Amino acid sequence: MTAMQWFNVVLQGVLIGGLYAMFASGLSLIFGVMRLVNIAHGDLIVLAAYISLMVTQALGVDPLTSLLLVVPIMALIGYALQRGLLNRTLGEDLLPPLLVTFGLSIIIQNGLLELFTADSRRLQAGAIEIQTIQLTQSVWVGALPLIQFVVAVAVIAGLQALFYKTALGRAFRATSDDQSVAQLMGLDTRHVFAMAMALSLAIVAIAGVFLAIRTNFDPAIGPARLIFGFEAVIIGGLGSMWGTLAGGIILGISQAIGAQIDPGWQLLAGHIVFLAILAVRPQGLFPKVSG
Amino acid sequence: MSRVERATRSSRIGVALVAVALIILALAPYWGDRQTLRLLAEMLTFAALASLWNLLAGYAGLVSVGQQAFVGLGGYLLFALAILLEVHPIPAILIAGPIGALVAIPVALLIFRLRGAYFAIGTWVVAEVFRLLASQISVLGGGSGISLPAAVVIAMAPNRQMREFEIYWLALALTAVVLGAIVLLLRSRHGLALTAIRDNEQAAQSNGIDVWRIKFIVYVLTAFGTSMIGALIFLQKLRISPDTAFSVNDWTAFVIFITVSGGIGRIEGPVIGTIIFFVLRQTLADLGSLYLLMMGAVAIAVMLWAPKGLWGIFAERLGWQAMPLRRHLMLEKKP
Repeated sequence: MTAMQWFNVVLQGVLIGGLYAMFASGLSLIFGVMRLVNIAHGDLIVLAAYISLMVTQALGVDPLTSLLLVVPIMALIGYALQRGLLNRTLGEDLLPPLLVTFGLSIIIQNGLLELFTADSRRLQAGAIEIQTIQLTQSVWVGALPLIQFVVAVAVIAGLQALFYKTALGRAFRATSDDQSVAQLMGLDTRHVFAMAMALSLAIVAIAGVFLAIRTNFDPAIGPARLIFGFEAVIIGGLGSMWGTLAGGIILGISQAIGAQIDPGWQLLAGHIVFLAILAVRPQGLFPKVSG
Repeated sequence: MSRVERATRSSRIGVALVAVALIILALAPYWGDRQTLRLLAEMLTFAALASLWNLLAGYAGLVSVGQQAFVGLGGYLLFALAILLEVHPIPAILIAGPIGALVAIPVALLIFRLRGAYFAIGTWVVAEVFRLLASQISVLGGGSGISLPAAVVIAMAPNRQMREFEIYWLALALTAVVLGAIVLLLRSRHGLALTAIRDNEQAAQSNGIDVWRIKFIVYVLTAFGTSMIGALIFLQKLRISPDTAFSVNDWTAFVIFITVSGGIGRIEGPVIGTIIFFVLRQTLADLGSLYLLMMGAVAIAVMLWAPKGLWGIFAERLGWQAMPLRRHLMLEKKP
């Protein structure tokens, strides 16, 4: 392979890394605010894809437009889920949130299976799917992967701004630092947690729609997305938003290079890079500076 | 003089009941038909898997959602030993244990760097790596899997009935050994440390318990048992593939459901949970994916409203224990 072809492989890896960073940032957000790891995160991404499928079929709009509905629907689901169920599981013991979200993952997977069967689906985005932009003589970039990457960067920049420039962000940081003191200062932590979950699932909605345009999906693909998101979080370093983007990109590049070597090595290469980083730098590449 | 007693009236009854149950189960080939034997053998393996997971998550606080790594590893070791090295299945099962434990050592060193829920997902990544590696081994069928050659199966026993009896007794013996080993471990000094960690990790640490070391030992021992049971499960199935061997549903979701519904952090819980699980499965399995959906809902409900499970409710209210584990201080009355 020529250097240009390798450059192309890496570039495709970077672009899909943006999608992984979106999987990861929703996960990282709720872990940061309430130390909750949502095992159903991947299944919620798939749920968002199916909601988008229903919206596009019912209204005849394209998937990107369907986001106008899918994002608020997922955010509402997130708020309700947190207030109605997950808030009850938070506490000293880590078992309840873990097992409840694990149960939720099984419910979503089998619920989707019951409603939509195991058939693989795909969202059709129309003409934009085949549009490309020529970068150099031999390197072309699809318009859609590029849009997806730009959106991912925008989501992360937006989260960063929200965390450090708004009242809600201040509430997130306060509950993250010390829940009981935040409560004493008059914050309703139940509401703050529910807002964090709503925001997390709003990002999940965007990620789910882009995933469903990019590849086929069926009810069983959620757990693998959870794992990609999780690996991006750990590679990037816990608590760092931009680190998460870097983590996603590293994972994407590893998978793209693995796939070049042997198609069977695509996923394996990603996992191995993750385990290697865990071995040599367990705090991740860009851990949040404490203090 | 004051002394420490472990046995209570309920535990004496419990031990007697377990002994009776063992005898009845050992005689199952004489009173049960083929269907019953298969079901019992499957129940036994699930009770063993759940007891091992309970030791890991319920006592050592290591909530793994990746124990399918060792179930699958054990299964593949059985097939590799039987097909490539022509080892008889029974010694192959016994060899799967120590190899599983050996593999668990570097795995533990790596994933113990992750805490709490991230540890859980880390174990899952390891299981995924094992699954992907297994699908790369073409002599063992690659991604599509392989059957145990007829010659290996026939070598176990000349006829089908004897073979089924043999596998059943093997399941009973192995499960009894695993459960017995867990009871002995919990009665030992390490068991006292484990119970302390279960109740309060920080307090245990401040009392001089080397928490990391105990957790490491438990992780490796659990891998030992889980690999052996995994080998046994795939001897029952006679066929293995990466997706069935490393299935998160079969070897983790069901096992968690069993442990949580029966009562996590108690030795009796997984056994009670196995009975609950199989009663539900036998009555609801026709519902397909709806049945799994209901199981997820039941698990959530148990976690929210009865986090100690069915056995926990009884044990708490009535002070029952089926095995003599808890230490009671008997103070002598002053004259």
